[in-house]
Amino acid sequence: MARKISMRQALNEALDQEMARDPRVFVMGEDIVGGMGGDGEKDAWGGVLGVTKGLYAKYGDRLLDTPLSESAYIGAAVGAAACGMRPVAELMFIDFMGVCFDEIFNQAAKFKYMFGGKAETPVVIRTMIGGGFRAAAQHSQVLTPLFTHIPGLKVVVPSNAYDAKGLLIQSIRDNDPVIFCEHKNLYGLETDVPQESYAIPFGEANVVREGKHVTIVTYGMMVHRALDAAAALAKDKVECEVIDLRTLSPIDWDTVLESVENTGRLVCVDEAHPRCSIASDVSAKVSQEIFKALKAGIQMVTSPHTPVPFSPSLEDIYLPSADKIATAVRKTMAN
Amino acid sequence: MSEKRIIPIVMPKWGLSMAEGKLASWLMKDGDSVKAGDQLLEVETDKIAGAVEASEGGVLRRRIGQEDTIYPIKTLIGVVADADVPDADIDAFVGSYVVPAAEEGEEEEAGPRYEFAGTAAGRLRYIKRGSGDNTVLLIHGFGGDLDNWLFNADALAEGATVYALDLPGHGQSTKKVDEPTVAGLAKAVLSFMDTVKIDKAHLVGHSMGGAIAIEVARQAKPRVKSVTLISSAGLGPDINIDYIDGFVTSASRRDLKPVLENLFADSGLVSRQMVDDLLKYKRLDGVGDALTALKNGVFAGGRQAALLADALAASGVPALVIWGAEDKIVPAAHATAAKGAKVEIIEGAGHMVQMEQAGRVNGLIKVMIGS
Repeated sequence: MARKISMRQALNEALDQEMARDPRVFVMGEDIVGGMGGDGEKDAWGGVLGVTKGLYAKYGDRLLDTPLSESAYIGAAVGAAACGMRPVAELMFIDFMGVCFDEIFNQAAKFKYMFGGKAETPVVIRTMIGGGFRAAAQHSQVLTPLFTHIPGLKVVVPSNAYDAKGLLIQSIRDNDPVIFCEHKNLYGLETDVPQESYAIPFGEANVVREGKHVTIVTYGMMVHRALDAAAALAKDKVECEVIDLRTLSPIDWDTVLESVENTGRLVCVDEAHPRCSIASDVSAKVSQEIFKALKAGIQMVTSPHTPVPFSPSLEDIYLPSADKIATAVRKTMAN
Repeated sequence: MSEKRIIPIVMPKWGLSMAEGKLASWLMKDGDSVKAGDQLLEVETDKIAGAVEASEGGVLRRRIGQEDTIYPIKTLIGVVADADVPDADIDAFVGSYVVPAAEEGEEEEAGPRYEFAGTAAGRLRYIKRGSGDNTVLLIHGFGGDLDNWLFNADALAEGATVYALDLPGHGQSTKKVDEPTVAGLAKAVLSFMDTVKIDKAHLVGHSMGGAIAIEVARQAKPRVKSVTLISSAGLGPDINIDYIDGFVTSASRRDLKPVLENLFADSGLVSRQMVDDLLKYKRLDGVGDALTALKNGVFAGGRQAALLADALAASGVPALVIWGAEDKIVPAAHATAAKGAKVEIIEGAGHMVQMEQAGRVNGLIKVMIGS
C-alpha cells in the first residue's frame, strides 16, 4: 500500500484494468485519443485533463474519439450498453449534460423498468464537476442533484484516488447507468492506492473522521473543506464526525442517521446550489426520521443560488470554505 | 561511562505505516523499579493500542512524555537507569538526546518496505527482521496478514532472524489459493521457505496458522525446530463458524465491526482504521473467492477439518501452546489436546492474544526459541 498515485492515475488504472479484464468495455468521448488536428496517438491528449492518456496505445479502436455532439455519442453509448457492451462515455463537463437528457433520463434510466426488468443498461458516463478552476458559469457547476432526482440512475462522486479507482471499477461492473462525477480540483491529489483491482460497493458512506459533537455530511471536493474545518475546530475541543457519502444514489442513510443519533447536530455541506440539493435532501431525511435526536437546528453550507462567477475573487467567496463550515458548526453548538 | 546504564524509552514504531503515536497513560511513576518486560506506558495509534515495555531493568528516572499527547516515533519519552546514576548524567543524556529517526527512517523509506517472493504457490509478500542463524517464521490465521505480528516481529528480532509472510489469498500475496486446505497452505509455507532459503525454523502460528505449523512439521519434520501454537486451530473440532461466516460476508464497516469485536477480550481495540484496512483487503478482486474456498476447505460444515493433535505428538517437535483465556473464536479448552506441550493460558486476552498481551507472548516465544 506504500504506493501513492493521483486521482487522475487511479482513474486511468481502473479503466486500464477493466479493459484488460472485460473485452466488452470500451471508452468514447471528445478528444480522449487525440485533439482536433493532432497527429493521433503521438500527440494524443488523453482526454481534456489526461485521464485516458496511454490507453489508445494499448487498446486501439476500443477508444473512440467522437464528434462534438454529446447527444449523438451518449445515445450511442446507451444503445451499446442495452445491446450487451460496457461503454464508458466521457462527457467532459457535467454542464453540457443538458443536450442529452432524453438519452439519460428517458432512455437509459427507464429501460429496466419499462422492459419489465429484462433490460440492463450498464453504461458509465464520466464527467467533470465543480468550481475553483476559474472556468466560469458554464464549466463549473456541480449539478449532481439533477441526476439524484431521477430513479434508475446511480450517481457517484469520489473524493480521493483510492475511492476513485474502486468506485469506477464498480461502476463499470454495475448493470445500471452510472453518472460518475470527477471534481476538477481533485485530479492531482495523491493517496495510497493498491495496484490490484478492487471494487467499492455502492451505498457505503465513508466516515473519514470520527467525532462526538457534530456530524458533517458531504461529498466530493467538500470532504476536504470539511476536514479542514474539523481540524480547526478540534483545537477548540469541538469534535466533528465527517461523512463522505461517496455515492449519492444509492445513498447510505444508515450511516448518516446513526451518526446524527450520536451527535445530535448536523451540518450538510454541498458545493451545489442550495435549493433541492443533496444538503436539503439529507436535512429533510434526518428531520423526518430522527427529529427528536436533534439538539439544534440543521445547518446547510452550500454555494449561493446564483451562477458560478468567473472573477477569481468572487468565485473564492462563492464556494463553501472551511471557515464557512466552521461557522455553521459553531452555530449548531451554540444551542 | 555511565551512559551505558541509561536506557532511553522512545515512542515505538509498530508496523511500517506508523509515524506517530499518542502517549495515552503512564503505567509507572518516577522512581519505580522496573524489570525487563514490565509495562511502562500505554500508547495508542490509529490502528491499535498497546503497552510499551522496558527492554532492560532499572529505575524509571524520568517521565518526559505527557499523557494524552502525540509524539513522532522514536521521540524520547522517558528514561530508565540504575538508581546510582547521578541526576546530572540523566539531565545531560536527555539534553543531548538526538532522535535517530532521520537517517534510519530515510533508509527505510528508500529501501523495500515489504518484500515479495515468487514461490511455487504464487507471489507471496513477507517481511524479514533481525539477523543470526536462529530463524523464526510467523504464520497468521484465516483472514489475517503479516501485520497481525505488529507487536511481535521486532521484539523477536532482537535475538533472531524473523520472517512473517502473507499466506496465499491474504494480505498482499497472490489471491489464488491452489489447495484451500491446511495441508495445501502448509505446502505453500514450505515453498516459501525454499524460495527465501530458510532451511530450518521455529514456526509460530496463530489460529489457522497454528494448524499450518503442525502440518509443516508433519510434512517436513527436519525443517522445524519447534512450533508455537497461539489460539491455534488443529487441536479440536470446534470453531466459531458465525465469526468465519461474518468475516467472509461483511462488506461494510457497520457489518464488519461487530464481527471483529469477537477477536479481542477488549472490544474497544477494534479501531476505525483496523476495520477500514480489512475492508480494503476484502474488496480486492479474488479475496471473496479465496476466503470462501478456505472456509469450505478448512471449516467444512462448521467444524475444523484438520485435527492434528496426534500428528503433533507423533512428530516429537517441541511445542508451546499459548491461548487467550477469553478466546471467542477457538475455545481455549482445545489447549489440553496438545500432549507433551507446554501450555500457557493468558488471562485478559482473547483470540488475538499476541496483540493484546504482546509482552507476555513475546517473552514465552523468546524462551521457546532460546534467544
